[in-house]
Amino acid sequence: MLASHVLPSPTPLHIPDGFLSLGVSLTCWLLAAIGVGVALRQNRQVLGGRQVPLMGVLAAFIFAAQMLNFTVAGGTSGHLIGGALAAVLLGPWAGILTMTTVVAIQALLFQDGGLLVMGANITNMAIISTLVGYGVYRGVQLIAGERRWGLYVGGFAAAWASVVISAVAASIELAFSGTSPLSVALPAMAGVHALIGIGEGLITAGALAFVATARRDLLEPSRAPAGGLSWAAVGLALAVAVTLLAPLASPHPDGLERVAEDQGFLAAAEGAPYEIFPDYVLPGLPNEALATIAAGILGALIVAGVAFGVARLRRQVAPQPADD
Amino acid sequence: MHIHALDGYRPAPSFIHSLDARAKLVTAILFIIATALTPDGAWPAYILLATLTLGVILASQLGIGFVQRRAAMALPFALAAVTVIFSTPGRAVWAIELWRKELAITGAGLIRFASILLKSWLSVQMAVVLTGTTRFPALLQAMRSLGLPQILVSIIGFTYRYIFVIADEALRLMRARAARSGTVSRSAGGGSLLWRAQVTGGMAGSLFLRSIERSERIYDAMVARGYDGEVRSLRSPVLGPRDVLTVLPFVLALVAAQVLARVQW
Repeated sequence: MLASHVLPSPTPLHIPDGFLSLGVSLTCWLLAAIGVGVALRQNRQVLGGRQVPLMGVLAAFIFAAQMLNFTVAGGTSGHLIGGALAAVLLGPWAGILTMTTVVAIQALLFQDGGLLVMGANITNMAIISTLVGYGVYRGVQLIAGERRWGLYVGGFAAAWASVVISAVAASIELAFSGTSPLSVALPAMAGVHALIGIGEGLITAGALAFVATARRDLLEPSRAPAGGLSWAAVGLALAVAVTLLAPLASPHPDGLERVAEDQGFLAAAEGAPYEIFPDYVLPGLPNEALATIAAGILGALIVAGVAFGVARLRRQVAPQPADD
Repeated sequence: MHIHALDGYRPAPSFIHSLDARAKLVTAILFIIATALTPDGAWPAYILLATLTLGVILASQLGIGFVQRRAAMALPFALAAVTVIFSTPGRAVWAIELWRKELAITGAGLIRFASILLKSWLSVQMAVVLTGTTRFPALLQAMRSLGLPQILVSIIGFTYRYIFVIADEALRLMRARAARSGTVSRSAGGGSLLWRAQVTGGMAGSLFLRSIERSERIYDAMVARGYDGEVRSLRSPVLGPRDVLTVLPFVLALVAAQVLARVQW
């Protein structure tokens, strides 16, 4: 078996060394250390001596699951990243540890992601992705109650949100480092991962459906940590926090437009044919940073509203609990 | 699947292979930090860093081709930085028209882009040499002595032990799927996209159950052999004078690169 067949294709989320400044790298290491430290303590209370073999083998599982791919179209294939799946199946703390291990091994063994920037990759793919994914899943479960569709919709939404929010976090880190201006990195990263997230969501929902059929006991609500509402709140708060950071990453007029201004051809630049929020700025608010933040929150609320509406609609269509 | 299919370690009778893992790990991390700290366009410093890298690669006997092949892993990410050539303010050297917008490539932008690529390339080569000359368990033990919590070291060690076992399970699942999926050439085959994704999801779910059951068997076997939840490991030997004598000049060279980068020419 050739390594090239086995190695999952590198996703644009694994930041290599050289792309982040030292300050950003060290800040992210701090965040990663706090997150992993809390997860280790919480997890030890639940698992005790089982922690080492269980986390170790399940990290190997995430690795192997990333090899499972399916044809999308024309030679491209989708494969799993696994953050949300780990969070839903194992709970947030074990999920963080499993994904941290995966990120560490990808960097140490395969040079997929750098060493100095490993803190950033852990923050994005192990901590933010797991917490957001788990929060979204618990949020949907709250709406769905015991109904079976909550598993599918929750799994899909959790996987999609975890992939997109970690991509947004990566683009913010790149912008703070001066590697890629936010106005380009954010839409590009979020756009690509909004597509990747669909495949991720479908596989995650499929995996949860299988586990729910074969080992229902592993997904019993009684096994989940208490406080569904606070987990949903943590996930939402983290997603909003990442959104809030975005405008801070580029306080001055962004580079691309400045070059255009310098060259005097800004007037020639054309606006997009449809724009809800021109320049991500709401009219009427005086401060530009404030307006950008408001636009970001409004955007997040619109997405949340659409998701909630679809969920409510689905509930009316299928009011009776699933019989299996 | 054999463990060597993925492992970056390549045995060779080189001097670098024989160095202590801790010395190599610290040196590699210092090199990557020094590279990150080097300002854009400080070419003399980059030349010094590149010379150091080349020297280490040659001394490691890994082969330049091997190191470059593995270093190519970071290459696709260059796409993320390509926009700096337009966005860095400076004197425009060239303008292109894209989607009816004019984009100006600036001199400062080109220097920034080249510097980011150089930093990334140099760092990843050093990481390849580190993992190519150090066995993974030794590398983990080195991270332990640098302060990584023992429990995390044990988990990563377990993952390393079982990646290849679980990957074999995944390969068997994929072989089973391929055996049951006859396709006519040029057709996508296997139903709708949704259906294919669902099948893959089912495989992932099945793999999860096999993994979790395996981990229970492993835990039982460990308990049967006296495991009490505490992972104990042998103490690593003290660093020899040879390790220190190798690391010191290397670190001095890194300091020299930093000075070189900040001297006004």
